[in-house]
Amino acid sequence: MEDRLPKAEVSALDTLRANASKIADALLPVLAVLAALAIGAIILLMLGANPVAAYGALLEGAFGSGNAVAETIVKATPLLLVGLGICIAFRGNVINIGGEGQMVVGALLATLVGLRLTSWPGWVVVPLAMLAGFVGGAIWGGIPGILKAYFRVNEILSTVMMNAIAVQAMNYLLRGPMIDPAQMELASRIPQTAALPEAFRLPRLAPTRLHLGAFIAVVLAVGVYILLWRTTLGYRIRAVGQNPDASRYGGIRVRHHVVVALLLSGAFAGLAGATQVFGVNYRMITDGSATGFTGSAGFNGIVAALFGQLHPIGAIPASFLFGALLVGANKLQRMMQVPSAFITSLNGLVVVFVVSSDIWRRQRQKRRLAAAQRAAEAAVADSGGPA
Amino acid sequence: MSDNGNLPSGKPRIDHLEMRGITKRFPGVLANDRVDFDVRAGEVHALLGENGAGKSTLMKVLYGMYQPDEGEIRLNGERVEIKSPVDAINKGIGMIHQHFMLVESLTVVENVVLGLPSSRGPLTDLDRASKRIRELADFYGLQVDPDAYIWQLAVGQKQRVEIIKALYRGAALLILDEPTAVLTPQEVNEFFDTMRHMVKDGHAIIFISHKLHEVIDISDRVTVLRDGRLIDTCSIEGCTKSSLAEMMVGREVIMKPYRAEVERGAVRLALQNVHALSDRETPALRGVNLEVHSGEILGLAGVSGNGQRELAEVITGLRQTTGGQILLEGESVTGRPPGELTARMLAYIPEERMKDGMIQAFTVAENLILRDHHKEPFSRSGFLLLRIIAEFADKLIERFKVKTPSRETPAKSLSGGNIQKVVLARELSRQPRVLIAAQPTRGLDIGAMEYVHARLLEQRQAGTAILLISEDLDEVLALSDRIAVIFEGRIMGILDCAEATPERLGLLMAGVESETV
Repeated sequence: MEDRLPKAEVSALDTLRANASKIADALLPVLAVLAALAIGAIILLMLGANPVAAYGALLEGAFGSGNAVAETIVKATPLLLVGLGICIAFRGNVINIGGEGQMVVGALLATLVGLRLTSWPGWVVVPLAMLAGFVGGAIWGGIPGILKAYFRVNEILSTVMMNAIAVQAMNYLLRGPMIDPAQMELASRIPQTAALPEAFRLPRLAPTRLHLGAFIAVVLAVGVYILLWRTTLGYRIRAVGQNPDASRYGGIRVRHHVVVALLLSGAFAGLAGATQVFGVNYRMITDGSATGFTGSAGFNGIVAALFGQLHPIGAIPASFLFGALLVGANKLQRMMQVPSAFITSLNGLVVVFVVSSDIWRRQRQKRRLAAAQRAAEAAVADSGGPA
Repeated sequence: MSDNGNLPSGKPRIDHLEMRGITKRFPGVLANDRVDFDVRAGEVHALLGENGAGKSTLMKVLYGMYQPDEGEIRLNGERVEIKSPVDAINKGIGMIHQHFMLVESLTVVENVVLGLPSSRGPLTDLDRASKRIRELADFYGLQVDPDAYIWQLAVGQKQRVEIIKALYRGAALLILDEPTAVLTPQEVNEFFDTMRHMVKDGHAIIFISHKLHEVIDISDRVTVLRDGRLIDTCSIEGCTKSSLAEMMVGREVIMKPYRAEVERGAVRLALQNVHALSDRETPALRGVNLEVHSGEILGLAGVSGNGQRELAEVITGLRQTTGGQILLEGESVTGRPPGELTARMLAYIPEERMKDGMIQAFTVAENLILRDHHKEPFSRSGFLLLRIIAEFADKLIERFKVKTPSRETPAKSLSGGNIQKVVLARELSRQPRVLIAAQPTRGLDIGAMEYVHARLLEQRQAGTAILLISEDLDEVLALSDRIAVIFEGRIMGILDCAEATPERLGLLMAGVESETV
């Protein structure tokens, strides 16, 4: 039937329309951010601040100087690393909301390595610590993976729960077993570890806070691209994510790859935690919450990944933009003297808009597909159908 | 026929319905191109055409689901507009869809009156409706208990309910969309009796079917569509299966593919007393014994839902057995995972090719390596060798004549026939020792069907042991060396192709023991 279809002119208009919707899809997250900023402007007005000046401050804070750009990249680094993991998980059709906890556990394990091996040379310890972060995150992601694959526990629930466990573990460890001995002596007992030896710090890339982690993250983005589209493992993760039935038929162990997807996803978040400790803070310190350490990168990384259309290369500019928003917003708050809650709300608005725009995009895609199928059904497959 | 222009149901007759110059366009496609069609009271008018010929579109226009871009509909000489299915029903047009539109948890009478106003205002009038249903059922020979629940009914009975539903609403013209697809040959005969009865009483029937012998059996006239255009409307007298097929396809069609003499070889696949459960955990296979030899096609006939799906899944490792043994070339593979069976050169064309055989979002090339992506030459040390995969995909696309813009096209944008070609290409290119083909031509048109049949016979000649699971008796009869019939999870009998007739198979399919056949 296919060669004898009455192919009435597929007009240039149709092609144009198809391209237009593709471009619209790519622009959608940008529009979502703009919409969030617009609502932010209304809030600013209600707070009595001038939105134009405020957003001017935001831009300046993010890009106004070399230092500002470096800060933006520093903020973008954990977003990108977490986002890479999210790309893997979502491609495998598992939702990982546990980035926060995975970052914390990765950071704890990496810190432990750093504090235990103080007499070892940096070029040995730093890679080891990064690996420890990777493994820590993998464990924290792998547990919900196993729960999902073998006990049908919803991974959204379990990863969120694992966040809570990780935070309390961190609070316990930093107040007790891992506490800085100096804090014990001072009796001030600030819950933090001892500082890492200077030799263990990730090298700086410029006379700013910009550190090697950013470089690692970009290289890994390419690595994840290769993993997903050039390796059998990536092929299987995507296959399982798209169609578990057909994957099983193809001889792929579906449950195994569900675990692997979540495990890898967690590993990247764990690495993000490790680079935060070794590249930015040089010790672990807790204010009792996960955000105090992660800066919500475990959640914001999800947004960055969606922003980049779940493509690891797309996640690079997406994380950068999102990092800019975070850094700029701090400047905005200082300049305009608005309550810091505003920044939190702005962040939240962006998350809500980007995530819902993605849901909307998917629905549109489904509708478009359905419309195309209806037309095709009417014209192409009309009488056959499953008998 | 009654003389006052009314049907036995008391509703007015549709003496003549005409569709003139119907044109319907969809973006990029001309689905109906100035099509004329008419049907009269007292006749069965068959509508024939391949997938995409425009039959469904034309009938959806008639049933008010689509509005034509051009053309007009005349009812008893008067021009009418049919704005919606409700409008169509009010004008006496009823449509029986291929898939039943019945609520399983309600009774027959509840389904029949569903959506109709009650004669008692807010209170139901089920007793009156039941009486009326009994009258209609008696008159047309559509035996069904008005108080039975739909889930209790067999497929053939459900179809009767659909017809009663239409008659109850006063349908004078019935559109039947592939009504026989789900019936056994015996049920088809009963169904045809009902159709004849209705026609005799002044109904008009439009009969859509793929099965040419049925069209010849029951119709008075036949209209053939191709590529959205009317090819011919003619009296059924003088039509043969091959003349109709030729009109549909536009070229000569081989109705009975040539089966070369092939020496039957050793047993490659054996099932011994295999038991398995369905998804609902009820027994689906209850002691199946089968042997498939090298170089033979063993057809498995049966009415849908008698364990065919479970059988295919058990053999291919997708479903666990609860008893019995499966032997592949003499070795037990019971309970082995699909990957291992694949490695033993077992190939499978699944029934639901879109859901089970394909990853729709993956490209054609990615789908072609679904079975062997982890092996040489497609990958080495975990890395996919994209160039080799591309070459392989291009080769198969050419060899199996897959119509696709490129190997990078997502599978979901291919037509059903081409998707099946991708599945065939993947499975057959592996040179399988054993092939399980489940409903391999379901939903395909004649051209694609011919193609699939030729490939299966080619495999048979290459010595593959083939289990052909099909609900299409014509297909089973045309291809198989031996035919096994499955009923309620048991093999009712195995016939040699020489002794198999539709009648004998039909009895076995209905569960009549083979000794009494």
